[in-house]
Parts: sequence; C-alpha cells; structure tokens
Amino acid sequence: MTDEDKTQDPSRDVVAAGTAEAREVIGERHGMFGVSGTGDTSGYGGLRRPVELPGSTPPPYGGWMDDVAAALVRVTRDGGLESAVEKVIVHRGEITFFIRREHLAAVARLLRDDPDLRFEFCSGVSGVHYPGDTGRELHAVYHLLSMTHNRRIRLEVTAPDSDPHLPSVCATYPTADWHERETFDFFGIIFDGHPGLTRIQMPDDWPGHPQRKDYPLGGIPVEYKGGTVPPPDQRRSYN
Amino acid sequence: MGIEEKLPSGVLLTTVEGVAGYMRKASFWPATFGLACCAIEMMTTGGPKYDLARFGMEVFRASPRQADLMIVAGRVSQKMAPVLRQIYDQMPDPKWVLAMGVCASSGGMFNNYAIVQGVDHIVPVDMYLPGCPPRPEMLIDAILKLHDQVQHTKLGVNRLAEIEANEESALKALPTSHMKGLLR
Amino acid sequence: MTDPYAATESETTQGKVYTVTGQDWDSVVSGIAEEHDDKVVVNMGPQHPSTHGVLRLILELEGETVTEARCGIGYLHTGIEKNMEFRSWTQGVTFCTRMDYLSPFYNEATYVLGVERLLDIEDDIPEKAQVMRVLLMELNRISSHLVAIATGGMEIGALTVMTIGFRERELVLDLFELITGLRMNHAFIRPGGVAQDMPAGALDEIRDFVALMKKRLPEYADLCNANPIFKARLVDVGKLDLAGCLALGLTGPVLRSTGYPWDLRKTQPYSGYEDYDFEVCTWDTADSYGRFRIRLNEMWESLKIVEQCVERLAGLEGAPVMIGDKKIAWPSQLAIGSDGMGNSLDHIRHIMGESMEGLIHHFKLVTEGFRVPAGQAYVPIESPRGELGAHVVSDGGTRPYRAHFRDPSFTNLQATSVMSEGGMVADVIVAIASIDPVMGGVDR
Repeated sequence: MTDEDKTQDPSRDVVAAGTAEAREVIGERHGMFGVSGTGDTSGYGGLRRPVELPGSTPPPYGGWMDDVAAALVRVTRDGGLESAVEKVIVHRGEITFFIRREHLAAVARLLRDDPDLRFEFCSGVSGVHYPGDTGRELHAVYHLLSMTHNRRIRLEVTAPDSDPHLPSVCATYPTADWHERETFDFFGIIFDGHPGLTRIQMPDDWPGHPQRKDYPLGGIPVEYKGGTVPPPDQRRSYN
Repeated sequence: MGIEEKLPSGVLLTTVEGVAGYMRKASFWPATFGLACCAIEMMTTGGPKYDLARFGMEVFRASPRQADLMIVAGRVSQKMAPVLRQIYDQMPDPKWVLAMGVCASSGGMFNNYAIVQGVDHIVPVDMYLPGCPPRPEMLIDAILKLHDQVQHTKLGVNRLAEIEANEESALKALPTSHMKGLLR
Repeated sequence: MTDPYAATESETTQGKVYTVTGQDWDSVVSGIAEEHDDKVVVNMGPQHPSTHGVLRLILELEGETVTEARCGIGYLHTGIEKNMEFRSWTQGVTFCTRMDYLSPFYNEATYVLGVERLLDIEDDIPEKAQVMRVLLMELNRISSHLVAIATGGMEIGALTVMTIGFRERELVLDLFELITGLRMNHAFIRPGGVAQDMPAGALDEIRDFVALMKKRLPEYADLCNANPIFKARLVDVGKLDLAGCLALGLTGPVLRSTGYPWDLRKTQPYSGYEDYDFEVCTWDTADSYGRFRIRLNEMWESLKIVEQCVERLAGLEGAPVMIGDKKIAWPSQLAIGSDGMGNSLDHIRHIMGESMEGLIHHFKLVTEGFRVPAGQAYVPIESPRGELGAHVVSDGGTRPYRAHFRDPSFTNLQATSVMSEGGMVADVIVAIASIDPVMGGVDR
C-alpha cells in the first residue's frame, strides 16, 4: 500500500493539493521491544517512526459519498451551521465526517430528518483516546446507518482532555443513551444533556476511566515455579 | 439385585462418617453461579448428553440457602465480587466451592483491572478446574474428585483434627515460587 | 454477636430499605403497611436463575404490576477491549471471541472483517475461507438460537425445551470440535482466512447433521407453537413496534418481529452472503411469540445455507484457506498429534531443519504479527442477536489501537424498560428472554 508521501510537514490538518491521501501525525514511536536510546547494540534504540493517521481527503469522493456530502453541506448551510463539518476523510470505502462539537446535536437532527440523508439508525458511540493529539485528545465516533438509502457514514467529534464535554444526541437517537454512559464510564467524556449520565459497566464508585490510554491495564505479575511474567502492559513489546 | 444380595449374612458394617460422607456426596446440590462461557458448559453438563443427574446433581438450586456446592463458572468481575461473597455466606454449612475454568481459578487470560484474579481471593476454594471452558467431561471429573474428597471428610472431633492437620501441612508445604529450576 | 446478613431495615431518602434473608416477609409487609403505599422496589439481583445471565433488574412493583424497570449491567465487565490493545492483531481474535460467548464466530468475524478492510485484503480472501466462515457462522446461528429457545423455555418453566435444545446443540458443538478443535471460544477465523482446512469426513458429518436436524426441528414446533400455555405466556408480551425499535436501536429478531425485513446478510452482504439463497424471516406481531417463531424459522434458513456451503466445499477440495500473502497469513499448519492439536510435524521439520528464513518468518509473524495501516473500520454483521460491529482503529502498529464492539445485546437490552413497564413481573422475564441478551456481549 503506498502511503508514503513525505512532501508535507508533520503538522495537523494538512492537505497537500493534488495528493490523494494526506497524513496526520499524532505521535512518534521511539525504539522497539523495550529498548530506546543509545547504548544498545541491537539498533532498536535509535528507531524513530511517526504515528500517522489518514488525513483529510479532498473531494470528489466517488459515488454515493458525494451525494451525502453535498446533502450534508446543503442542510448545514440551510441550518446556519456553515462550519459544522471540519474535515472529511474517505478511507477504505468508508467516509468519516469530523463535526465540530458545538454543532453535533443539530447536525445529528438534520442527518436524521432530511429526506436525502435519512440516517435514522445510530449504531452506537465509540470513544477513542489519542493522548498524542494535543487539544483534541478525546474522540467520540458515531456510526450512522440509513436504512432507507442503505448506506453508512461515520461522524467523529473531538474534545480536549481539559474540557471533556460533548453534547448528547439522545434527543435524536435515544439508542445512544447507554452508549454515551459507557463512553463516559470508560473515557470521562461528559455528554451535556444526557438524561442520566452515570457509570454503567464499572462499579458506581470506581475511580478513573479505565479505557483511557493513561489508565494502566491493571494486571498482576504471574509467578510460576520461580519465573515471573509481568502483566501484559509492562512486558517488552514490539510496538 | 442390589448391595444387600452381595453381603455375607445380609449385614453391612460401616462408620457414621462413611454413611454421612456417602449421603453428602450422592446428593450434592449445586447453587447456580453461572457467569460466562463456563456457565454454558455447566448447563450442557446438566443436559442430556453429559448428565449430571446420574450423580445426584440435577437440581441446580437457585437459592443458596438450599445448596451445598457453589460452582463458580466464569469470570468474576470486580463488580460481581461482593455478590459472590454474599451468596457464599448465605449458603449453610457444609459447603464446598468448585472454581470452574481458568478465570475463576486464577483470572484466566484476563489479567487486568476488571477481573478478580482467582475467586480464592474471595471465597475458600476446594477444587480448581482449569480449562477455557473445561469440557463437560472435565467438569464431571472435577466433581467426582470433589465427591471423593467429600466422602472421606471426617465428622466431629476427627474433623477438627483433620482441619488442623491440613493447615499444618499447608503451612509447611513448599510454595510454588520456591520451586526453582523446574520450568519444564 | 451481630449477624451481618440478618434481616435489616434502614431509613433512606427514598424510603425504607429492607434486606430480606428468609422467614421475615412479615416485617416487610408490616413496614410497608405503615407507608400506605403498595410500591415495592425489588432487586432481581445478578445471581438469579431466570435473568439470562448476570443481569440485575431493579423493578418498582405495585402488586404484580411493574411501574418502573431498570437494568443494572456491568457484572461481567472483563475489560476485553482494553486487553486487546496489548495483544497483536491475531491474538485479539482469542479475546474478542469470548465476548458474546454464545456466538463466538460472529465476534471473530466482525473483528477480522474490520482488520481485513484496514489491510485492504478484502478481495484476496480465498473462496474456501469465505465459505468456511459462512458455514461456521450459520452453524453458530443454529446453536445460538437453540440456546435462546432452551433458556427462554427454562425461564418460563418449560424444562423439556431446555433438554431437547441442549441435546441438539451438542450435535452442533460436535461439528465445531471436528472442524476447529474446540467446542466453544474457537479462535478460528483469523485475519486472512481461517486457521485450518476442513478435516477429512467433515462434509459427511455435516450432511448427516442437516438430515438429523430436519427431523428434530419440527419437535420444537410441535411442542411450543400451538401450546396454549406457551402462547398465553408469550403472545402480546414485550411488544415494541417499529418506531420504538429504530429509536432504541434494536436489530435482529426483535426488529424483524415488527415485520421490517432488515437483515445485514441481505442488505449489506459480507463474506459472500450475496451468493447464497435464503429468506429473511419476519413476523408481524412485534411480541415475544413472533421473536420465538422467527428464531425457529431462522434455524431452517440456516440449514439451507449450510447445505449450500457443503456443496460448495465439496468442489473446493485442496483450495487454500489462508490468504496467499505470506506477510499476513498465519504461518503454522495445524494438525492433531499425539498430545493434541499443534503445529504439524512436517511444518516443524521444515522450519527447524530446512529453512532458516521460514523459522524467522514464522517467529516474527507469531510474536510480532503484521502491521495494519493506520485508519479505522467498522464492518457490522448480522449476529443471531442483531447488528454486531467492531470499530477497529489502527495507528499503523502491530496491535489494535482501539477495538470497540457495538454489541447487539447491549443495545437491545435498553428496551427492557419500554417492554416491561405496565406489565406484570412474570412478563419481564419473558420480554428479556425474547430479546435474548448474552451478558458477555453486554458487558464485554
């Protein structure tokens, strides 16, 4: 797969004109297999590789995605939310719309109600924590399905760690109720407007949000006949 | 036809402990504590192909007040641990615990924040059964071994002496962490 | 010495709370009589024979009528999603297979389809692997629906249904054991294909199984369909119409019981489902009885698909089951040896004696794994309970950056309140049994 296009500088939100796929760097991998820095003859210590995610895709996207994007632009413009769509990524045949968080609830309502869009089914909310993406660490991903038009899109909304608030879409998609509670439970994203945002999987008085990247996996070392195996997050690893 | 035909002069001599042990193990009622995948294997063991009824264990009592054996089948999460302890406490003596599956025995493959690494952190376990999930035949094997253990437990003063002797030997036993050089 | 588990009564902001431990119902009744209120909040706690697993139901009762029903979940939360972030992509299959433990192949399939989409090898999966995946998924659908019907029957007291359900399920598990080596939680569907080829004689066993099931499935229909007690317990219980289903995000038999034929195998096919001939089963009463009939009919349709898979597999003797790209394909060839299943001796002789490159290659693929290009993918499939999708995020490394599973039981269980409130306590059990949640999938 040809993804190496090094003609852009490693900063956020870069779309090189004419390139099919720009990259967005969110971090860097140092060393490998538990080795980093100099002094090790394996050579692993000096490895430096950027962690890149697919960047913004310039239009046209192809096929029905253009119809959906055009309809979305139209309804947001008509609703007075011109800047709602931050970025569009088309990767592996799936389209992702990055929505600015303040407009999320309104955009969700428009996506559900407009006849050309009609995304009446929300599969769920998934949280992802990118600690390397400063200012936009917490992502909430919504997978929407239009049963009328038989197509799927993805909405992604970001929030910084310092202000982990996102509007709730429960008014539009009641199914998001438990999904938002779960995302709050595991990532600490507070959904404003949620009817009852409490922990759902962990015990009610559990401290911390377990699926964040800064929360340890929490295993114990396993002893067996004199040898000890450390828990999975503290072992030497290839990453 | 039965045992009475084979006895010399029709008299069977046994001990009170023998009879009590036999009664206890022949009608061992499990409490339903099926949690995850092992629970399904436990249900199949109670099903027609691997029949637990032939060992007297068909009746899975829902109420712990009427159960002797708690088969902890499945992974015990941190949220479930107090419930497990409460059910164990509600069982009347004599009671036994069988940790079914690796998750109940030692946390299994889930060495993380959410799973109790072995129910022996919470309740005293009499039989550990590894497997992910253990086959019904393995569960029956563990139950039969437990039956042997139950049949031969003593009563009364002998029981107290037995408990003390077990404790002494457990305290003197070589801990696994000291069994060095045996990683094969 | 106070007994910590003796019956207690305490005053809270919401009223009196009683811990009942036996022989003390009178204290509760006299206490409530003081309040002149028939409302009782009952906890059908996580350990209960009829709540389909470790589900906690908090019911507010007025007599026998349920005025409010809430679900407490999380008693089986295992942290599988976070654990997968510390394992390679192929090892992730062994973790995700234990989520929804009654349909393990579906968990594996949705995760692997997501990984394959990120790897961009969706078109390179060999045909035999696709057919085997469909075969195993449909057999799993049969076994999952059998458990649903069996446990549903047990929960309403029809114990014969449970016995025959598990008897049939044993036949399916024997087939699984023959093909994959394990009865449950097989880590068989892997990125790139499946782990092993079909063993000799498996196709005949499957044909015998299909013939036997065709004689056995009518037994369920005879036992339950027109049974007056069964119908009295199930008809008009747990009603949820189409608008309610779509708003609450329900899929699977619950959605199809409203009459809407939404089945991802037909509308957004994956793994070659567009080449199979089968019907989408619906019913139009939107109640528990409809969902039961749909599950029975879906078993018949699954048998049809299994027959078609067997025919296709008969023509695919010797075809590969793993992708040809050696940088992704699982390197080992498994075989049954004297101590169980493991790498075949031929393979070991090759990598240990003949080819150093083969050894390095095997070692690197098994320990490090392949690298998946960065991005995210979501490939939902139609599991026996509804839409099951894995949202897989990769940052270009050898491990999942995030694998989140949209589990159908988690979403479907939100409908408990809607289905139960206003009905009676016994109907709560039936409604939940008709949703058929698997708590492993709910809590992950």
